[in-house]
Amino acid sequence: MTAADASARIRETFGIEAAVEGATVTVVVPRESWTELATFALRELGAHYFNWLSAIDWKESGLEVVCRLENLDAGLVVTLRTRLGPGETRCPSLAGLYRGADWMERECYDMFGIRFEGHPDLRRILLAEDWEGHPLRKDYAVDTPFAPYR
Amino acid sequence: MPDTQIQQIVELGYGGNERLMMNMGPQHPSSHGVFRMILALEGETVVGVDAVIGYLHRCHEKLGETLTYVQYPSIASKTDYVAAMTSELAYVSAVERIAKIEVPRRAQYLRVIAAELQRIASHCLWLGTWCLDMGGALGGGATVFLYTIREREMVLDRLEELTGARLLYGFHQVGGTRYDIPAGWDAKVRETVGFIERRIDEYEAMLERNTFFVARTQGVGVISRELAQAVGVSGPLIRGSGVNYDVRRAEPYSSYADFDFVVPVETAGDCYARYRVRMVEFRQSIRIVRQALDGLPAGPISSRPGVKSVGQVRVPKGEGYARVEGARGEVGCYLVSDGGPKPYRMKWRGASFSNLAVLPHIVPGHKVADVVAIMGSVDPVFGEVDR
Repeated sequence: MTAADASARIRETFGIEAAVEGATVTVVVPRESWTELATFALRELGAHYFNWLSAIDWKESGLEVVCRLENLDAGLVVTLRTRLGPGETRCPSLAGLYRGADWMERECYDMFGIRFEGHPDLRRILLAEDWEGHPLRKDYAVDTPFAPYR
Repeated sequence: MPDTQIQQIVELGYGGNERLMMNMGPQHPSSHGVFRMILALEGETVVGVDAVIGYLHRCHEKLGETLTYVQYPSIASKTDYVAAMTSELAYVSAVERIAKIEVPRRAQYLRVIAAELQRIASHCLWLGTWCLDMGGALGGGATVFLYTIREREMVLDRLEELTGARLLYGFHQVGGTRYDIPAGWDAKVRETVGFIERRIDEYEAMLERNTFFVARTQGVGVISRELAQAVGVSGPLIRGSGVNYDVRRAEPYSSYADFDFVVPVETAGDCYARYRVRMVEFRQSIRIVRQALDGLPAGPISSRPGVKSVGQVRVPKGEGYARVEGARGEVGCYLVSDGGPKPYRMKWRGASFSNLAVLPHIVPGHKVADVVAIMGSVDPVFGEVDR
């Protein structure tokens, strides 16, 4: 399956225009269809490989979640992106579909405070349990003091 | 399994069938850094694992947002400090991808030589420490470790001659490399890799004919093809599970397409399969180094002037993901630029992080002693796990 085929399949199933660049298909999805698109990528596009999941803080326009899935046999990359909207921190979890999403979503929660709904065990992974705040948010200053760590 | 859940099922008694919670780490010698596993045990069998990471967390991703494209590459090497060349290369490649900066062919070849020497050095450390962990059964334990460290030192000497540093290099810069090879270095490298090539045969003879080694690795820690993909492991782990996936082949960067090499694939998925993959990779890296030295083109080593000020690299608005095949697997850097001298957002895809995430899925069912063998075969570097 080529990126162009994948883009056409997504268009006819969901009516979403997916951008194609080389072997990468980038799909911008509304938050409600997040798991639906990931399921489609896994079952129909053969993207069995879970590469990574992360987020970007766009300040007043809110958080964006980015996820990279791959079909290794066909060399196809599916990048899913969703904007959560201003002030919104809830996002559906992919942990039920991909086991790799477990730790990646925990990291994303730790760093951005995104609450992945349906995640079996959402707690901090890199920072201490009692840490306050989410460091990769743009409103979290680098020199924020936090006793006794710094 | 969360702490609380395990704590609830701890019952102290001496009947032999109670569950016991045991901490392995954070300073356990087999963790190669700081890593804590909370094991739930039934007798000597592990039934649940809660991996606790983050002891080496420095928030590289936030740090990356505060440092310019010129400053960060030398800090990037501190993510995976055992194979520092890899992460530097991933970062500068991401910047070059967004800014569409060409890299001269000589610099591409130098990057390949550095990356492959680094892979040899890293695999040497992996083999030595893994055998050290498995200990006494391998004829005194430290034997293989001392041998491989001797060989690793030789490679580090070559890298020191190239960059002036033994561990954290600062070799790459946006647009090329910072240093060219010194006079006579070519011959020294050929001598070193030739020596190591002969030594690899010795390691194999020593280990593969050792019944204890085979018994402790074969059939232990099996990662199935499906699990490997669902968790997103890469490098020797995924190739040991029957998936032919190597970034150097899937998406050739830095003129890897010019070289002739084999990507080893094993289907068993156990510790022994991962060991075999790495042993073949040793030889393939040596092969690539030789080809790169033979075909090293003349010309400039960077398409940009040397570093004079920290803000001299400007990157247009945009985003890009660049990945390289490190010693431990796919190391990727995702950058979002807003047009300034620093990235707006930087995401590290650490190979060790994804590789380590497979542990809770494969360890249950094994004995405590096997946990050490499995950990070593995963070869995590905690600087890269915690970033």
